[in-house]
Amino acid sequence: MLDLTAAGAARAIAAGELDPTELFEAYRARAAADELNAFTWVADAAPEPADGPLRGVPLAVKDLFCTEGVPSQSGSRILEGYLPPYTATAVRRLEEAGATLLGKTNQDEFAMGSSNENSAFGPVLNPWDRTRVPGGSSGGSAAAVAAGLAPWALGTDTGGSIRQPAALCGIVGLKPTYGSVSRYGMIAFASSLDQAGPFTRDVTDAALLYRHMAGADPQDATAVGHPDTIALPSAQRLDGVRLGVPEELAGGEGLEPGVLAAFEAALQHARDLGAVIEQVSLPTAPKALSAYYVLAPAECSSNLSRFDGVRYGMRADADDLDSMYTETRHDGFGPEVRRRILIGTYALSSGYYDAYYATAQRVRTLIVREFEQAFTQVDAIVTPTSPTIAFELGSKTADPLAMYLNDVLTVPMSLAGIPAISIPCGLSEGMPVGLQIAGPAFSENRLLDTAYALEQVLEFDGSPARVGAGA
Amino acid sequence: MIDRNDVLHVARLARLKLSDDEADRMTGELSKILDHIVTISELDLEGVPPTAHVVGAPDALRADVPRPSLPREVALAQAPAVSGGGFLVPSPQAG
Repeated sequence: MLDLTAAGAARAIAAGELDPTELFEAYRARAAADELNAFTWVADAAPEPADGPLRGVPLAVKDLFCTEGVPSQSGSRILEGYLPPYTATAVRRLEEAGATLLGKTNQDEFAMGSSNENSAFGPVLNPWDRTRVPGGSSGGSAAAVAAGLAPWALGTDTGGSIRQPAALCGIVGLKPTYGSVSRYGMIAFASSLDQAGPFTRDVTDAALLYRHMAGADPQDATAVGHPDTIALPSAQRLDGVRLGVPEELAGGEGLEPGVLAAFEAALQHARDLGAVIEQVSLPTAPKALSAYYVLAPAECSSNLSRFDGVRYGMRADADDLDSMYTETRHDGFGPEVRRRILIGTYALSSGYYDAYYATAQRVRTLIVREFEQAFTQVDAIVTPTSPTIAFELGSKTADPLAMYLNDVLTVPMSLAGIPAISIPCGLSEGMPVGLQIAGPAFSENRLLDTAYALEQVLEFDGSPARVGAGA
Repeated sequence: MIDRNDVLHVARLARLKLSDDEADRMTGELSKILDHIVTISELDLEGVPPTAHVVGAPDALRADVPRPSLPREVALAQAPAVSGGGFLVPSPQAG
């Protein structure tokens, strides 16, 4: 039963062929024996599932989603012991559809990182090779799904935190259109960029999970929902579908040869299915990373001001209020979070605001416009998801800028707020390579269909990662 | 371009304590990152307006009617220290 996809498990349960308690217990045992450090908390017993289309299918949830009465620390020491008084809307919707909370997954602290090495709970190991990172920031969710410790999982993506770990772990990850899923109850990193999305074994599961996450929410004024019902994908062909390859991102510069080879092989599969591959131009895309590393830290420096040792989490001993703030924030935040708070505070401070923050906002406008222009020419844009395969643990921790460069292919879509999916498209040096497909805002149904058609011919085999990672 | 004094000033604004070692290391790291980032100023941005948010639809407004919020005891339950139905903090006066 562990070989079933989530959609397959939901069908078997609905047909009375699979006992949801047995399924939960099988995954619970695997998650509890997790050797990858993918989980920060595992349920002790199966919750009574709601009667819905996902009834009895266990779900792993990234630590930063608030879950009522269940530890939620966003991978940070500063929220040690925090038990939220309410559940995030995205999780609540899935529970109302019948999903059961299996566990919470490890992540980079406050979702800041590309390797899951910034967690207060320690690093997560890649199930394909335990000497390598799973990617980040949603590394626990990606590793758990890839290793078969959970049928599927929730993550969040601010600059690539769903797509990049999905690529590095050989699974499917969807970053939806900004605003289609409520952010209520997600511990905020950068509010104009954060978006929740699914990690799944295949594209059909991604569509199914996303269908039940999307929706407007009175608790989040930016959550407008999705104009369409999310369909399960069925396309077998891509006749006439125009796929754009942006030379600035996918031209080969900065990409590992093995990644480029797998990407080009995927493009050939797309041609064989009838797609037309065209070159498109996103001239400002190479500067998206710099703009992102102004805007995201700026928003983070504001969002993280709430962690002051007063209302929740840990507090350092100090004799006066100001020392209590500074000591608590020193002891509670890890080095990368401090770094980003300082960059953001600097970029927003008097004298530097125009050079950094205001300039980055205008660069964002150019990125938005260039995608709009490209989508008048093509239906979707394709790139590798990550310039490299999963790297060795510890190999980039001493060089923050080198770590940031992992996000070069995913941040442009984040700044534009458009949906993008990563699907596994092959191996390089025995490690998975991801193909990123991005489309206009709210084009998820078409993206999922395109990804599904490619998935059928790519025939990626994720089973090696599911061996021996748990009980 | 960012020096140690800038780093300490910004850390003060952000209520982050930095030890001497941490301030030295952070100055080096932030300089390298900001040198990379500031290349955005080379772009021609004449007449380009800023983008703060990408949601196409206007913010959804709900009716302005009172409704229950978290009960006080629930809101206080996660605090490190409480007293008299409120959050308890050390004195604002130093030592």
